[in-house]
Amino acid sequence: MIFTWNNPAESNGGWAEELLVGFDRGRPVRVLVLPAWFDEANKLRRFTIEVMRRLDRAGIDSLLPDLPGCNESLSPLKSQTLEGWRSAAVAAADAVGATHVLAIRAGALLAPEHLPGWHYAAQSGPQLLRGMIRARTIAAREAGVAETSEALMATGRAEGLVMGGWHIGPAMFRALETAEPAVGPGQSEIAQTAIGGPGLWMRAEPDEDAEQAGRLAALISQSLGNPAQ
Amino acid sequence: MTTFPNLDSAAGEAALERELKGLIADVLGLGADQAEAFGPESGLFGHLPELDSMAVAGLLTEMEDRLGIVIEDDDVDGEMLETFGGLLAFAKAKLEPR
Repeated sequence: MIFTWNNPAESNGGWAEELLVGFDRGRPVRVLVLPAWFDEANKLRRFTIEVMRRLDRAGIDSLLPDLPGCNESLSPLKSQTLEGWRSAAVAAADAVGATHVLAIRAGALLAPEHLPGWHYAAQSGPQLLRGMIRARTIAAREAGVAETSEALMATGRAEGLVMGGWHIGPAMFRALETAEPAVGPGQSEIAQTAIGGPGLWMRAEPDEDAEQAGRLAALISQSLGNPAQ
Repeated sequence: MTTFPNLDSAAGEAALERELKGLIADVLGLGADQAEAFGPESGLFGHLPELDSMAVAGLLTEMEDRLGIVIEDDDVDGEMLETFGGLLAFAKAKLEPR
């Protein structure tokens, strides 16, 4: 279930090895899973893996690569860029022989457009930054330090910024200010309303919801022409 | 987006209170009955360890979406976030026509 993939886009030494969680039985449909980012990645991790387990039971392979700078990656997060992650997503798709993509929340910003697939509750770059900046100003206020969103945005653009413990470099920060998910040909959006219940990214603590995971996996399976279970 | 056109009416206020309780239930992963028990003095930020700055940021963003309001930096203070009553009073003030 735990594999690795080589990211050839890494300039340092030609390629970098990253971890990968996969349900890989060599079946015809192979879904590349691009997870939610940063704090949401933690909150949605169990949900994401549960969706993959259910896809596995429905006869669908799924593969969840670590992007450089995330989880066990040796690359530092602060040196990552949006373009670098987009290249990494394409490289990962090639490396695992993906036929489809499931992009979750901000993961939709990276969905390779040549793959058919689904954007689940896609989040734009500005929405992502707004939430993280707000978390930082609230924490600062609690600590008795006055910080404004405006000043933090300026710092982020020039030097990068640590928000909620996540160190985002200046290039990534600037790119996120205008980044919108692009729904490629053969890709469709799945809104939270189609899943039912509140999105797990809102939760104060990481949680799971078997019913929500089941509905997302079922929607994917059905859109591939499999009968409803 | 939900709108609350008649905040002056008791029904409008009750709808807003229900919406906010639902929101807190969604953030804290509470059942509807647990959220129903929230009163004006129920503690939020600083009282519930799981409600950290990131969770509060998420709560405010969701409030903006559901109530159709914009929350500025200056709006956010300790009083507004400390209790359910504070949050409700803030939402009411934001929704009142000026």
